[in-house]
Amino acid sequence: MSEPVIRVVGLSKRFKETLAVDHIDFSVPGGITAALLGGNGAGKTTTLSMLLGLLLPSAGVVFVFGEDMRRHRYRVLPRMNFSSPYIELPHRLTVRENLRVYAMLYGVRDMAERIKSLSADLQLTEFLDRKVGNLSAGQKTRVALAKALINEPELLLLDEPTASLDPDTADWVRGYLEAFQRRTGATILLASHNMGEVERLCSEVFMLKRGRIVDRGSPETLIDRYGRDTLEEVFLDIARGKHHAMAAVP
Amino acid sequence: MTAQAGSAARRVSAMVLRHLYLLRGSWPRAFELVYWPTLTMVVWGFTSQFLATNSSWVARAGGVLIFAVLLWEVMFRGQLGVAFSFLEEMWSRNLGHMFVSPLRPYEWVLSLLVMSFIRVLIGTLPAALLAIPLYHYSIFTLGWPLIAFFTLLLAMGWAVGLAIIALILRQGLGAENLAWVAIFILSPISGVYYPITALPVWLQWIAWCFPTAYVFEGMRAVLFDGAFRLDYLLAAFGLDAIYIGIGSLILLWSFRHARHTGALLQMGE
Repeated sequence: MSEPVIRVVGLSKRFKETLAVDHIDFSVPGGITAALLGGNGAGKTTTLSMLLGLLLPSAGVVFVFGEDMRRHRYRVLPRMNFSSPYIELPHRLTVRENLRVYAMLYGVRDMAERIKSLSADLQLTEFLDRKVGNLSAGQKTRVALAKALINEPELLLLDEPTASLDPDTADWVRGYLEAFQRRTGATILLASHNMGEVERLCSEVFMLKRGRIVDRGSPETLIDRYGRDTLEEVFLDIARGKHHAMAAVP
Repeated sequence: MTAQAGSAARRVSAMVLRHLYLLRGSWPRAFELVYWPTLTMVVWGFTSQFLATNSSWVARAGGVLIFAVLLWEVMFRGQLGVAFSFLEEMWSRNLGHMFVSPLRPYEWVLSLLVMSFIRVLIGTLPAALLAIPLYHYSIFTLGWPLIAFFTLLLAMGWAVGLAIIALILRQGLGAENLAWVAIFILSPISGVYYPITALPVWLQWIAWCFPTAYVFEGMRAVLFDGAFRLDYLLAAFGLDAIYIGIGSLILLWSFRHARHTGALLQMGE
């Protein structure tokens, strides 16, 4: 059996008195889209940050492509990328300038061609020479996505990829991610509290609550397990502490 | 060049390009670089002209004050160049993207130093050139020692800049004003406008612990006596190496601390 793309063992993160992530274990096989699903403060972003090596764990180990992220993150960083609405690109640089800088950082060959094809894919061509700070939220999200895809990552980590987008743009982004995943066979892990998004995109879900994984499985399995019609209802059961009782029901 | 060194050079160039794009796209930023050194030079140019006829000390070498102020600007701008390139990343909340890319911390620091050098040249060269027609003082008459003084002061500016970045990483943007003022603590003990012997003896001991004292005394030795003090040069070089080492260690420690606290993700305006 092949090594999972992400393997997390006993991962914890404590910020002074707060235990943000509490001894979680999970793995994500290659070529699927998985989600860390949970409410605000569940530990999704903290977990993603530790997967990226931006945040050092208090305990536990993260392996990405079989490499220990604490010791060898620079071996795998060129093969992955990341996007988050909470981290921005320099506002005073144009879209093209930003993409050029990140293409150089990731060592993209044939930079001009890559930027051209990504801008065409993400409908950014007409904004290429506009400053990022002058774009709308939807346009900025597409630029952030272009930056996250600049190196054709084998592993893409996305923190709330459609947060603050209108339904039409959000739907477009989800469609694009689906197509990208199908075309490249990349592995995607997203952190979200948007149930529709997770149900549509993901084949594996890790339900987080107060820093712990309280349940896991495919959206269909979770819906069946809780005897519900949608993932949102499952989420509410878990959020309201009904998960132990409900999951025990045969 | 090995493939690894080539990749590192490419990433450093990417970060330098990022700041050059910023300067190109924002004329107020570029103007600010030139504005203050030029204004300071103009003020000290008039002061020098006045004192040249009223002070026997200044009269011995007419350009001493104006050269001193230009060299001080090299260190001040060198420090600002490092600190502000970092602050630009914080203001744009870009640190998270940078540090999930293959950019290594030492490559990032190298890019800050390169940008600082470029900013210093943009800032001080026009002022130095303008002093020639305005006051008939050319800092280039210092000859080869000028390169040594420039390098030594720039390196000290970098050391202070790295320490300031470390402090901002640790304390957040509340500490950003230090980028403007911190280096001035060295001003009284650097002998910029007066010899170190003008200080109380106990303060002279402290002054000689910093490379700036050797540089400005060295500059006066060239101007007043036509002597290039190699001993001063070597002392300043050794002290620069120590301070750059200390600055780098503090920065690495702060960077690691930021990875423990999550500051790289949260910092911004």
